[in-house]
Amino acid sequence: MSMLIFEISKPGRRCSTLPKCDVDFVAVPEEFKRNIPMNLPEVAEIDLVRHYTNLSRNAFGVDNGFYPLGSCTMKYNPKINEDVAALKGFTAVHPLQPEETVQGSLEAMHVLGDRLCKITGMDAITLQPAAGAHGEFTGLSMIKAYQLDKGETQRNKLIVPDSAHGTNPASAVMAGFTVVNIPSTPEGTVDIDALKKAVGDDTAALMLTNPNTVGLFEKDIVKIAEIVHNAGGLLYYDGANLNAVMGITRPGDMGFDVTHLNLHKTFSTPHGGGGPGSGPVACKAILAPFLPAPVVTFNNGAYTFAKPAKSIGRVRSFYGNFLVYIRALTYIMSIGAEGIREAAENAVLNANYMMEMLKDSYDVPFGGPCMHEFVLSIERLKKQTGISAADIAKGLVDKGIHPPTMYFPLIVPEALMLEPTETESRETLDNAIRAFKEVYAMAFDNPQALRDAPLTTPVGRPDETTAVRNPILSYTVNN
Amino acid sequence: MKLPEDLFFSKTHEWVRYEQDGTAFIGLTDHAQEALGDVAFINLCDEGESFEFGDVIGDIESIKAVTDVYTPVSGTVTHVNDELLDAPEKINSDPYGSWLVEFEGVARNEELLDAEGYEKFLAETE
Amino acid sequence: MSYVPNTLAQREEMLLAMGKTCLEDLFTAIPADVRVDGKLDIPGAQSEIEVLGTLEEMAGKNKVFKTCFRGAGAYRHFIPGVVRHLAGRAEFVTAYTPYQAEMSQGVLQPIFEYQTMICELTGMDVSNAGVYDGASAAAEAVAMFQERKRTKVIVSATVKPMVLETIMTYSTAAGTQPVIISAKNGKTDLAALALALDDTTACFYMEQPNYYGLVEDAQQIADLVHAAGAKLIMGCYPTALAVLKTPAEYGADAAVGEAQPLGMSLAFGGPYLGFMAVKTVDTRRLPGRIAGQTTDKAGRTAYVLTLQAREQHIRREKAGSSICSNQALCALTATIYCAALGKEGLREVADQCCAKAHYAAEQITSVKGYNFTYDGLFFNEFLTDCPVDPEPLLAKLAENDILGGLAIKENGKSGILWCVTEMNTKAEIDRMVSILKEAI
Repeated sequence: MSMLIFEISKPGRRCSTLPKCDVDFVAVPEEFKRNIPMNLPEVAEIDLVRHYTNLSRNAFGVDNGFYPLGSCTMKYNPKINEDVAALKGFTAVHPLQPEETVQGSLEAMHVLGDRLCKITGMDAITLQPAAGAHGEFTGLSMIKAYQLDKGETQRNKLIVPDSAHGTNPASAVMAGFTVVNIPSTPEGTVDIDALKKAVGDDTAALMLTNPNTVGLFEKDIVKIAEIVHNAGGLLYYDGANLNAVMGITRPGDMGFDVTHLNLHKTFSTPHGGGGPGSGPVACKAILAPFLPAPVVTFNNGAYTFAKPAKSIGRVRSFYGNFLVYIRALTYIMSIGAEGIREAAENAVLNANYMMEMLKDSYDVPFGGPCMHEFVLSIERLKKQTGISAADIAKGLVDKGIHPPTMYFPLIVPEALMLEPTETESRETLDNAIRAFKEVYAMAFDNPQALRDAPLTTPVGRPDETTAVRNPILSYTVNN
Repeated sequence: MKLPEDLFFSKTHEWVRYEQDGTAFIGLTDHAQEALGDVAFINLCDEGESFEFGDVIGDIESIKAVTDVYTPVSGTVTHVNDELLDAPEKINSDPYGSWLVEFEGVARNEELLDAEGYEKFLAETE
Repeated sequence: MSYVPNTLAQREEMLLAMGKTCLEDLFTAIPADVRVDGKLDIPGAQSEIEVLGTLEEMAGKNKVFKTCFRGAGAYRHFIPGVVRHLAGRAEFVTAYTPYQAEMSQGVLQPIFEYQTMICELTGMDVSNAGVYDGASAAAEAVAMFQERKRTKVIVSATVKPMVLETIMTYSTAAGTQPVIISAKNGKTDLAALALALDDTTACFYMEQPNYYGLVEDAQQIADLVHAAGAKLIMGCYPTALAVLKTPAEYGADAAVGEAQPLGMSLAFGGPYLGFMAVKTVDTRRLPGRIAGQTTDKAGRTAYVLTLQAREQHIRREKAGSSICSNQALCALTATIYCAALGKEGLREVADQCCAKAHYAAEQITSVKGYNFTYDGLFFNEFLTDCPVDPEPLLAKLAENDILGGLAIKENGKSGILWCVTEMNTKAEIDRMVSILKEAI
């Protein structure tokens, strides 16, 4: 493994320098002065460049290869998005400039907001949340404020299916709710009877992903919405899986009252190795007064910021991850109405094709056509061969494929979850299918090789137990 | 794995060992530690806190899971096993020798299972 | 423009291979009454030329000022060219969270380096991999220290308004109304703080320097907070940490802040990066991702995401925070920036900010009516009175391609919060001050 940047440091080396200071130095008084060392590395520019260039070769992105990471929508990130996000008119403006000097930014926000509302079937939007989980917290806080505003103080329960993303219950608690988990049916969808039993006077909302986390569309969605609404609750749509249905159906039309969107999944902005993302929250008119401040409005020929009447406040500084949502706007403008639908259709086509081609070897716990992703269970294979979902995943690494999501959803033992996305060709899928089958065969023919995998990477499987029991979380710089 | 005959067990996989003087030691069963995997960290209540049967008295983290610990008895916690907090891996190697907390003033809990009953319970839930 | 590679013929072949006749066969689960009728009501596809044209025009409607004296939470610092080049490498940009450690060492190691740098800057023991921004870092830190018996949250009125608003949103949602400590002469009122602290207090949040740019009496604050058994959270300006006494030296329990000054452009407010660091004892309270060092079976050094049992995907409703992304690319940017500048370079940036701000302050306050609103030690921001209506004044500066300080109302009086960085030259300062003089 490569050395740390601290380990290639040499005292006295410099990279970037400043012009000579043209005013007198001002010393910080002793009482308020830093008196401990600050051991940042000292490197030459060439060393810096080689260090991070070489590290980048030990990273794997969508640009490197197939990345069927379920629930993450690792679609191709168009390069024009990067060019637009690098325009100086967007990168060099201060967030506290007068509104008349940032009309371009406000227009971009307004246009994007409008298109996202049309795509989701909602009436109003905030672009402030920085990620999906941040959007969940925001949307749920709006629901909380809405129920309190109606005087429904007893509505403190949030219903979440047991197949939900972990962020759902965690965000619910952050927003002050008590979580009521409801089980899924053996078919992997919402258990209507369990839902009927769970709703009541204390129901604030139901939080749902549709298609759900096993890749199935909740076909009873209209009935589900009716049950929750009749009980006085609202419906929250976790937009993580919107890529399957955009342009075909809209959360607003399904009966949802509020949704967050993951622009870094559905709308092609790159994931950056774990952010920055963007998690706008769109809602129906009844929730609009509770949106975080500020929102962008258009009056008398000019764009301006406004504060919604009963705003929950702000969830971060300024207006969100601006350069991220500029990329999403670029994408939506590029592919247009027809491209949105085309993306969803092909995401679903690609997922079904892979599932169909894999199901004679791997177990597919939920039958029928899937949406944009599907789940395989390695449980039976593990009983037969001792090979786990993780072993299969590591075998795929050696085939140059980023493994699927492992051990999620929690309701499927030894789960592998695949989401090929629409931006992969049939050739790529066929190669991947071959690789999956080869790894499957290895589980029987040469299980030890799978247990030893991966062998093609700079390091083998790390010792995670030691990492947790004796955490080393930073480098101790010796000087 | 043989279950110690002198212990009683809850359906949430804690064990209790009653002492003569009305105190009791609480721990995690072998089944629980195996399901959890390599234990890495233990969060426990403070000494002096009182609990009712079934209350959460802490949680135990492994590398990729976490489980709540529910007290199988009612009473007041007199001791927390500090040694175990520093060496949580002992729960894996010696679950029945690794007590988490000691309670005082406990009455026998009739809802608990004896070794035979717990074994049967495990077999049924497999 | 379309990014779908499969040809129409291929799509047909794939359907055929699955025994389906048309795409619709895959969508039967979606009821007819919730379908989009026809096409979405948004414009159709456009070519790259058209999209670029439209968006370049939009960007052109923004005014990029040549000179900037505005900060208040977003700072214009110089970003060496090497930073953008390296952080823009596609392998970093298009990767996901490093779930598969073996093929993600190039993402994990920089996170480990980032954590080390944040520890070096703040003097604290443990850093997480980053959070959304400085304001949410403060809000997460407040939540992190709330316990069953200690729920009260106290915040100084001298913190940045947006940070305060964010803390309010988070705390209110979770059921706690924060107590705000009033300001006295632009700094935290120590007597009021002493009164508010009690044995139900979880934590106190302050900023060093504060919103007005003033350096707070942090040692006295730390002593008061700790005497009450509460935790001290210090919001910091990372550049200033190169010269100012660190949170660790004050004994703070958490250091948080906005890392935008470390190599991120102003970008109309984002993406930025929040940093969070604590003492070893509070490691497991930290929200978000953390990378750790370990070895593989062959004994090679390897990096992994670790201590994951704290997080939402395992702990679900008991997680404390739902955050999962760490603004990784921003953290990488900050790491490369800190390495590019090095310890001497960052110190020099801080020294120049401080020196130029003091020169500017001297010049501005020499203009009639532009007195310091509050006296006290400052780093690179300071508040002065404004003897004229700030709006036309700032418009006048704007005509000269200068973004002046931020107009704020303080105790009913007009004031301007100025910010100076290494980007500002003496000549710029002099020119700006001459315009102030003309406007009297």
